[in-house]
Amino acid sequence: MGVEQKLGNMGIATTTLEQAVAWSRTNAMWPLLFGLACCAIEMMSAQAAHYDMSRFGMELMRPSPRQSDLMIVAGRVSRKMAPVLRRLYDQMPEPKWVISMGDCASCGGVFNNYAIVQGVDEVVPVDVYVAGCPPRPEALIHGVLMLYDKVRGMKFAEGKK
Amino acid sequence: MPDIQEITVDDLKHLVSERAIQGETVLLNMGPQHPSTHGVLRLLLELDGEIVVNCIPDIGFLHTGIEKNMEAKTYAKAEVMSDRLDYMNTVGNNLAYSLAVEKLVDLDVPPRAQAIRVILTELQRFASHLVWLGTSALDLAAMSMFLYCFREREYILDVMEMCSGQRMMTTYIRPGGLWRDVPVEFEAAVREILKTFPRRVDEYEALLTRNPLMLDRTYGIGKLTGEECLNFGVTGPMLRASGVKWDLRKDRPYSGYELYDFTVPTRTEGDVYARYLVRLEEMRQALKIVQQALDKLPMGPVRSNNHKYVPPPRSEIGVSMEALIHHFKLWTEGFEAPQGAIYSAVESPRGELGVYLESDGGPKPYRIHWRTPSFDNLQSLPLMSKGVLVADLVAIIGSVDIVLGDVDR
Amino acid sequence: MDKKLQPILGKLEKEFGGAASEYRGDVSLVIPAERIVAACQQVHALGFELLSALTAVDYWPEERPRFHIIYQFTSVSMNLVLTLRVPLPGINPSLPTVSHLYRNANWRERELWDMFGIKFQGHPDLRRILMPADWEGHPLRKDYPLGYEEPQFTFNFEEIDLRKPYAKE
Repeated sequence: MGVEQKLGNMGIATTTLEQAVAWSRTNAMWPLLFGLACCAIEMMSAQAAHYDMSRFGMELMRPSPRQSDLMIVAGRVSRKMAPVLRRLYDQMPEPKWVISMGDCASCGGVFNNYAIVQGVDEVVPVDVYVAGCPPRPEALIHGVLMLYDKVRGMKFAEGKK
Repeated sequence: MPDIQEITVDDLKHLVSERAIQGETVLLNMGPQHPSTHGVLRLLLELDGEIVVNCIPDIGFLHTGIEKNMEAKTYAKAEVMSDRLDYMNTVGNNLAYSLAVEKLVDLDVPPRAQAIRVILTELQRFASHLVWLGTSALDLAAMSMFLYCFREREYILDVMEMCSGQRMMTTYIRPGGLWRDVPVEFEAAVREILKTFPRRVDEYEALLTRNPLMLDRTYGIGKLTGEECLNFGVTGPMLRASGVKWDLRKDRPYSGYELYDFTVPTRTEGDVYARYLVRLEEMRQALKIVQQALDKLPMGPVRSNNHKYVPPPRSEIGVSMEALIHHFKLWTEGFEAPQGAIYSAVESPRGELGVYLESDGGPKPYRIHWRTPSFDNLQSLPLMSKGVLVADLVAIIGSVDIVLGDVDR
Repeated sequence: MDKKLQPILGKLEKEFGGAASEYRGDVSLVIPAERIVAACQQVHALGFELLSALTAVDYWPEERPRFHIIYQFTSVSMNLVLTLRVPLPGINPSLPTVSHLYRNANWRERELWDMFGIKFQGHPDLRRILMPADWEGHPLRKDYPLGYEEPQFTFNFEEIDLRKPYAKE
């Protein structure tokens, strides 16, 4: 506070390093293009013009895991797909976050049988769960904003694990 | 956590050509996570430079076990799973299931319910073709089409939400009719759609149909003759673009389609461009059917009176004893179907969607099999993709219009 | 029954024995397992160009027959549908393939091998199609369990939680 009074309007902004890092992480978080089933269509609707997600920094979805920092698992994960999911998660660079979108990704959803992984947190660690079958685009955006709050509340050292 | 199975050339010796084993051609994995495969489809490409020599699809990454899971639920509860098969055509899946159950138990459907079923199914066909147009144009780098199509789709999803409360997985069409009557705002919303959408389809045509870039990328690519289509079991717009005029709505009509006047577009070239034109014309015809159905919409009940299979209205439960007993039986055990097996098919935006339903006299389906169109349509991909460039392969996959929920069930 | 179907059914019944049965407008004919390729050739020659569906039903614990394979044909030129049923015993079920006549039978027979364990002799590429390649068992058989996971209510939350394999980082 005192520094700002003394320096006046010199065009210098002061903040903590953690706040600056959190600002840069949340303002341009690029998701990995990982739509599997019906929730992918609602994710595409959220990306399209009506419920625009690029207002929140997600201008484009990167197809390559090396260039993205958020994985939105949208849709049901079958037993054949689970090792592929884990491999993609391992290929993403730190820091990375996972949103589990929809009922099938969060807990197995409608399908309680031999073929579907009952909750994607058996495969990757999840930060935010978004419920719904499929969740409305507004619900997905709410989940994304909740993740941003979590990122802003993170201490710098927590990003590395 | 099981490891990913590494497949070597030896396992696929019978499927790839000689040159792959000698190392002349490259085996490339167009993996389950890919922006152009429209879902989790894995393609093993044998490439000679940029030309595809062989294309081996590997499916099953979205296998949900729906057929086995439906055997464990009563008929009414199993319908919820049918939405999630072909998730672009959710209303159509419900219609296929309801028609199959009605055929099995010999249940009548009042005419108002049939007309509203037709309206919603044709709107869903329009929405499904919009997503096809948006995503396949996006693959051909016409990015603004994606935004236009999803903007249009929001209007249709508003109508679905108005009727049933859910944008996509509605479960609105149930055996015996509909869940409940449409609200008062329904007609105004659908008329608004009918007023504005034909102009929008004209805009898409103006953008793409005579565009030299579109013609270069799609004309003459991925040809299939009518005979090859039938041999592969391909149905739907792919079959009609190859010259065979077969549409279940006209040839084996169901749910009152014989009352409406519409044409079935066919072309003879059988390439990606012809499929594009056929689907675009189908979108216009869908609007025409909705117009006629809405003008002729009869008044009356929307559910059958046969309360052995259809729940009675809630208002009757307080006054009538039979209504209470029917309601109790349907909610606890579910209705029982007579022993027998039927096959019933509808025309989904992708082709013939058939249901084989067999009952053993109990309240749960003994065996239900979904004949999904994308499973057979995808089998023609290796034939279509011999000798094309990888960029053409992307255009061909877009034109097949597969939905992986349909393929893997 | 459609009038155009009568002469076709007459020819098939004479050649392969058995009688056609009708239920709610659907006509089906039972064919013995050894003669299925001849039956499909005959049906193809009679004008049924499209194999609409190829599926199986499991009648466990009945052993003879345990499986019924269902072939559903559609004729585009004559606008007719026909069903053929083939009974199979439960021990080492196998059938000759029809994938040289109807090309979409290729993947459909792979699916029957994967889901029911029915072998098809002469099939060019019989391997699993929907399940992972190293999966054991045939899921759609009636003696295969559903794989139902018990839902977690408050009273059993902790004990199920301990059994669930959560991911490490």
